[in-house]
Amino acid sequence: MADIKPPVSNTLDTNSTSNPPGDMDRRSFIKWSLVGWGAFVAVIGGYGSMVGRFLFPNVLFEPVQTFRAGTPYEYEIGVSERFKEKYGVWIVREKEKIFALLAVCTHLGCTPNYLPADHKFKCPCHGSGFYTNGINFEGPAPRSLERLKITLADDGEIVVDKTIRFHYEKGEWSNQDSFIPV
Amino acid sequence: MEAFPVPLKIIMEAVKHFINAIASPKILFNIVFLFYLIVFPPFKFFQRIHDALGIDRLWTKRGGIFIFSLMFLAFAFGLTDANFRLIVLKPDNVPIVALLFLVVFFLWFAMTQAKENDEAIAKGDKPKEYADSREKVLVFPDLVYIEFLCLIFVAVLLAVWAIGLPAPLEQPANPTVSPNPSKAPWYFLGLQEMLVYFDPWIAGVVLPTAILLGLMCIPYIDKNRKGLGYYTYQDRKMAINTFMFFWLVLWMFLIFIGTFLRGPNWSFFGPFEYWDHNKLEVLNNINLSQYVFMIWLKQGMPSNILLREAPGFLVLAVYFGLLPAIFAKTIFKDLYQRIGGIRYSIFVVFLLMALALPIKMYLRWLFNIKYIIAIPEFFFNI
Ligand code: FES
Repeated sequence: MADIKPPVSNTLDTNSTSNPPGDMDRRSFIKWSLVGWGAFVAVIGGYGSMVGRFLFPNVLFEPVQTFRAGTPYEYEIGVSERFKEKYGVWIVREKEKIFALLAVCTHLGCTPNYLPADHKFKCPCHGSGFYTNGINFEGPAPRSLERLKITLADDGEIVVDKTIRFHYEKGEWSNQDSFIPV
Repeated sequence: MEAFPVPLKIIMEAVKHFINAIASPKILFNIVFLFYLIVFPPFKFFQRIHDALGIDRLWTKRGGIFIFSLMFLAFAFGLTDANFRLIVLKPDNVPIVALLFLVVFFLWFAMTQAKENDEAIAKGDKPKEYADSREKVLVFPDLVYIEFLCLIFVAVLLAVWAIGLPAPLEQPANPTVSPNPSKAPWYFLGLQEMLVYFDPWIAGVVLPTAILLGLMCIPYIDKNRKGLGYYTYQDRKMAINTFMFFWLVLWMFLIFIGTFLRGPNWSFFGPFEYWDHNKLEVLNNINLSQYVFMIWLKQGMPSNILLREAPGFLVLAVYFGLLPAIFAKTIFKDLYQRIGGIRYSIFVVFLLMALALPIKMYLRWLFNIKYIIAIPEFFFNI
């Protein structure tokens, strides 16, 4: 180690009063380190913003989040699987209301199946079960299925908006938009 | 189907029914657990049973023949059943069947060598590996040659396997259709089984992290320098017995369950049971807080979340706060003195975390407990 030159940063040592010849003085050290760090930040920032831009694609091939689901008369009491394949939504008609359930298990996000014989939704991944009203009652799912915003358009058709969700545990199922009274 | 005479058939059916019945998780888990306790006894009491039964006779040539004839017999018997064949001979599952045999084989192999060494050491001799270390061979050609042969052999095996047992890709993924049952790759089935009893945060993030950290900690917690470089059981009893619990019960056994005993809707099926999509299993699961407030105290749930979940927090505080201290005074007294406070606390916390899995399973089976602490409002469920 004896004959290896001390690294440049040694000049930062405040105790040394004079600069050995050939070494940097404090001023130019600060100048160069500013340049260096500035370049570093610029590169990282540039790449970072490119990566960030990448997260917001120009075109989104996502299924539409809002769809029309026919008129309320088309639904009998019970669970309708009409829109499950396409939108992942069950339309459930109870005696006094119609609501839309999102077919995503609240445990880890699998798609549950509707078992008409048992009147329940059952998840194939870890066995969570939900009543037809969406309440979880068996297996590990910690929350009820989420209900979606459902409204009547002017022409009397049902409109389901998947972007707005109502959580039971937060007491949102009494919200006017979470069901249609019939 | 008429391969067997009628009386034999009746007996076989009866045996199958019996096996289906004891394959229910509540019973099977107890059997496996008891098995573990006796074969790899972590406590003195079970050590006595272990000795009385002469379990270590299994770790001999004769014992090996006994174990494997039993396994092959059971397997051959199972193959007479159509439902069993359907699951076991499915190309996806063949590696796991092989794995069961391989795990048992290597377990037996290692334990046999350990036993021979232990006996030699007890007589005052050196372990077998002692002689190996003086004898030297050249990397080239000795080692490279063997490696090359292995490479060819494995390549041929994989090629034949891939041609003989095609396991084709399934249809393109569709987010609105989950296959039923949806199974993770076999090496994740233990985790998937854990997810049945825990919130995804716990079973998917916290516990796997704890497993990794725990494995990393082993060399720092266990300073025992005996048993370096040779097979032994007597010198490393504590380490081997503890490891076997995680490895055999909490890992291999859960993979076994996930592969062979979980059917449609993730319901439980015996090995000879038909995978009926409409099998009805009623599991009304309740959180601990609901138990306390609605069933024992007969009142509504408190609206304050922290008050509501206070029983769960209490249970957790006792479990992780009090139990280590109690253990240090009782069952782990020697250990505590041997490895000191810091090592001991780390060890116990990891051990308790691991034990939380079987405990939670029992709670689910016996009391239908869903979560000890359930705060779905903030995605915090334990
Ligand atoms: S994802 Fe539905 S039960 Fe786990």
